[in-house]
Amino acid sequence: MKSVTKAYRPISWPTKGAGGDTGSWRVRRPVVNTQICNKCQICWVFCPEAVIDRNEITIDYRYCKGCGVCATECPTGAISMEKEE
Amino acid sequence: MKAAEVVMGTGARAAALAVKSARVDVVPGYPITPQTSIIEAVAAMVENGELHARFIPVEGEHSAMAAAVAASAAGARVFTATSANGLLYMHEVLHMASGGRLPVVMCNVNRGIFAPWTLWADHQDSMAQRDTGWIQYHCSSNQEVFNTILQAFRVAEQINIPVMVNFDGFAISHCLMPLTLPPQEDIDRFLPPHEPEWRLDPAHPSSFSNVTNAEEYAPFRQMLSDDIMAAIPLVKQAAQEYKDITGMWDGDTIDTYRLEDAEVVAFAVNSMAAELKLSIDILRQQGIKAGLLRPRLYLPFPAEDIINALPQNAQVMVLDRNYNFGHPGGILASELKSALFGRRNDITVKNRVMGIGGIDLPRRFMADEIRAMMDE
Repeated sequence: MKSVTKAYRPISWPTKGAGGDTGSWRVRRPVVNTQICNKCQICWVFCPEAVIDRNEITIDYRYCKGCGVCATECPTGAISMEKEE
Repeated sequence: MKAAEVVMGTGARAAALAVKSARVDVVPGYPITPQTSIIEAVAAMVENGELHARFIPVEGEHSAMAAAVAASAAGARVFTATSANGLLYMHEVLHMASGGRLPVVMCNVNRGIFAPWTLWADHQDSMAQRDTGWIQYHCSSNQEVFNTILQAFRVAEQINIPVMVNFDGFAISHCLMPLTLPPQEDIDRFLPPHEPEWRLDPAHPSSFSNVTNAEEYAPFRQMLSDDIMAAIPLVKQAAQEYKDITGMWDGDTIDTYRLEDAEVVAFAVNSMAAELKLSIDILRQQGIKAGLLRPRLYLPFPAEDIINALPQNAQVMVLDRNYNFGHPGGILASELKSALFGRRNDITVKNRVMGIGGIDLPRRFMADEIRAMMDE
């Protein structure tokens, strides 16, 4: 709720990073193999955190929680979940 | 200019006519005695096209208040009504309306709460909602119910805090009295359309009442506490401007009767306070300098106005139609003592609980009670 602007009302607007650096929660990171990816955008549709760029199919690791939904939904198997170092 | 119209109406009818005059947008409703006749009347007005509003029949009072909260957050002017256990069932969502700063107006037709069951008036239901963050009025006549609902919408929408308009079941809700209806143009002048500065709107997505951290949560609660107190001048202003436009006056935060030179002051709310004016006359005939102080506004408690109005060295007889369980006597006495403590050490406060579960409170009985309290 960092985005409260109306003084007395408990209102918030959708804001990137409102919940903090959620990428720190991640134990496995999704990695896109650009040789296989056909940019069908299905990962972008399914990502619950909206951290995938629709056109470039790149992932914002500052906020990606590593849930793996993108890797599961990817029809070409272009996304693999790799262990965080 | 059109003249005011005078009709015969019950308190429930007065409430429904006020809702119509306020041009309410949404009315979620669930029946409960003795409130049902308000919701029935409003539903009929919507049905026959007299009132252009959405009536939402719901499955219980918790849902009625939830629908009221949602409609208010979407920017509608919202009314609902309940009584007794219906009000208790709403309790959780009452906090959402106040914490969410939504200007819902609700009539609570006062009725005792279980157990055992009762259908008749006392003030346990609304006074048990004391700490929900709602503004609360108590009305003593049908006309005051009509006038207060319009004032309540104005105050609620100015400060974004919900308002409960209380009046006794049957004694007011089901009794016929003459009712003066000001011309609609005058009411429209007093109560302009509701134009909130924020509303839930799919075109501008926002999240309402999100989870907050302590440092975010605490200021909201502090602001609610401060703003409820800030409603007092708005209540006075609304009463004054309503009087300027319609000529009608029920008092602002308080209403008094023969108080100026009183040595004995009756202190009570709601319908019993109307009857108490006649008890005061009886006591005056007996040579007792009696007067009445009726808080019309129960919350925020108008402490300053009460402190300023009470004559020097007065004995205040608080007649409570409720119990303050865990303390002797009633809730109003406790509120009054807390307001006077350290401020008016000349005042003596005495207290009796009466009229519980609709026990009749005739003028002679209350005059006799006050006489007996003088000797205590």
